[in-house]
Amino acid sequence: MKDTPLSNCERDFLLKAIEEKKRLDGRQTYDYRKIKISFGTDYGCCFVDLGQTRVMAQVSCELVAPKENRPNEGIMFFNIELSPMASPGFEQGRQSELSVKLNRQLERCLRNSKCIDTESLCVVSGEKVWQIRVDVHTLNNDGNLMDAASIAAITALCHFRRPDVSTQGQEVTVYSPEERDPIPLSIYHMPISVSFAFFQQGTYLLVDPCEREERVMDGLLVIAMNKHREICSIQSSGGIMLLKEQVMRCSKIAGVKVSEITELISEALLNDRKARKAGGKCGFAESMPQDRITALKKDETPVEMTDVTETANGIIQKGEAAPQTVPSPVVPVPGVGQVGLQNSWGLEEDDEDDYEEEKNDNSGDEQVEEVTKMDVGKGGLLFIYLDSLM
Amino acid sequence: MAGLELLSDQGYRLDGRKATELRKLQARMGVFTQADGSAYLEQGNTKALAVVYGPHEMRGSRSRTLHDRAVINCQYSMATFSTAERKRRPHGDRKSTEMSLHLKQTFEAAVMTQLYPRSQIDIYVKILQSDGGNYSVCVNAATLAVIDAGIPMRDYVCACTVGFVDETPLADLCYAEENGGVSSLALALLPRGGQIALLQMDARLHQDHLETLIEAAMTACKGVSKVLDEVVRQHLQEASVLTGE
Repeated sequence: MKDTPLSNCERDFLLKAIEEKKRLDGRQTYDYRKIKISFGTDYGCCFVDLGQTRVMAQVSCELVAPKENRPNEGIMFFNIELSPMASPGFEQGRQSELSVKLNRQLERCLRNSKCIDTESLCVVSGEKVWQIRVDVHTLNNDGNLMDAASIAAITALCHFRRPDVSTQGQEVTVYSPEERDPIPLSIYHMPISVSFAFFQQGTYLLVDPCEREERVMDGLLVIAMNKHREICSIQSSGGIMLLKEQVMRCSKIAGVKVSEITELISEALLNDRKARKAGGKCGFAESMPQDRITALKKDETPVEMTDVTETANGIIQKGEAAPQTVPSPVVPVPGVGQVGLQNSWGLEEDDEDDYEEEKNDNSGDEQVEEVTKMDVGKGGLLFIYLDSLM
Repeated sequence: MAGLELLSDQGYRLDGRKATELRKLQARMGVFTQADGSAYLEQGNTKALAVVYGPHEMRGSRSRTLHDRAVINCQYSMATFSTAERKRRPHGDRKSTEMSLHLKQTFEAAVMTQLYPRSQIDIYVKILQSDGGNYSVCVNAATLAVIDAGIPMRDYVCACTVGFVDETPLADLCYAEENGGVSSLALALLPRGGQIALLQMDARLHQDHLETLIEAAMTACKGVSKVLDEVVRQHLQEASVLTGE
């Protein structure tokens, strides 16, 4: 299904607001939306809320044969699924441009930066290694899927525990979680991506664009960094031209944001560990907010309908007259491309005199505006129809 | 790969170049008669062929026509014999699609598409031998092909891949250097205004080194633009001699 196209007035409104340094949700230019991280019951399952954008990451592992050119390294596999659940514009199964972009960006951010020690995933060199698979599912798209996906992926990797193995010569024993505690992956650093949206050919930039802002942006710059201020990946997309100073400025802003987000992730991981130790309930069901009104139903209330005509008449007499609409089609003036010479839409200062004249002329001719009473049942809505007969 | 010294103490790289030296750039324009524009470019051992068709009427999905601009369609593919091991899927895999998207984005910024509304420009690039710096060589070859096709552009689009080793930026990486775990930055630049059309970086690099690296990349791109300019003027001279002007 195609996305509803953005109307021109909405686009102009957004761009004008950005020029005046205002955002739709009241944020500042460098502010992130509220980030909420929660974990599922299994190890390696993580939900991230970035404002209204919701993604879920799940890490799983499997023993496979290694690649021929890298016999003693484990394999990392990343996959971002854009499901129609997130946005009607996403199609199931089709590899759209956005899907390729997000997947490649996540791969570059996590794989090329070597954040995971792949050599520790080797069990028997040349024969058996662990393949770690990270699946990110988008649940709701409200802009900036890339950042949410990167936070979810790295948090899930930090949260994941793989089964313990022991080798005796050529024999490999994989212990189930009951026999031996599963062990976490060895993660060197946490790369997190920060997205910058550019508007008006690079004059204005915003951090963490929401869905509306993404639609009107000219281009996007994604910088992935870790808290040690090492840049893991930079990618500019869209047809914008950047200047070196803009890139430097963005990298500085990214450094600040990344350290904040890393702290948030560490805190969330710590809280989860404490909760699990204490034996408390954890999981997706627990993370849903309880005691929240989601639907409201009331009994029908009877409405007194007997004196509706008198009340309606009273309201009309006290109220203003309806705005004048053009009663008959105006003959186009020869040689002029428009219908009539006057603007018949709104009232402007020069038109007011004419309007007053018109009103005085017509008041005599105007017949009484009739009130048609609809047949209303108990508790239904009241319709008042006004027919002005001219 | 460990043990290969990417930058020796005397400042020489694996192939004997200095840190800021580019590889030997040779190019030819107008190699095919069927296409509107074509170019063949060699940068060291990386060889690329670029072919441009257009501007012509939208083919395929008419719904993608833009009422005020031309649509640029890029396809990047590698020949199966281009790498050391035979490439099983020359196009359609994620990396090629990503490269095609990047090429498209680069040229959308540079080509004056407003002059050709409701039309389509196709750019096809094929790598015949891959020895590092694939993206940069593609961009350079495509620039020449677009110029050969006579499509107006804002400026030459020059690209270069630079790496960072031992606090020194290395310009124009070859395959061994790229895979040696060096942080590499690919930059596509419009030299006159210093505007960056595409910036792509992989692998870890400390924030403080970013500025030096981008500076080095911009210098390298300006060097490439000089060579491309030479090639275009040379080609024009040859063509005018042949037509007897």
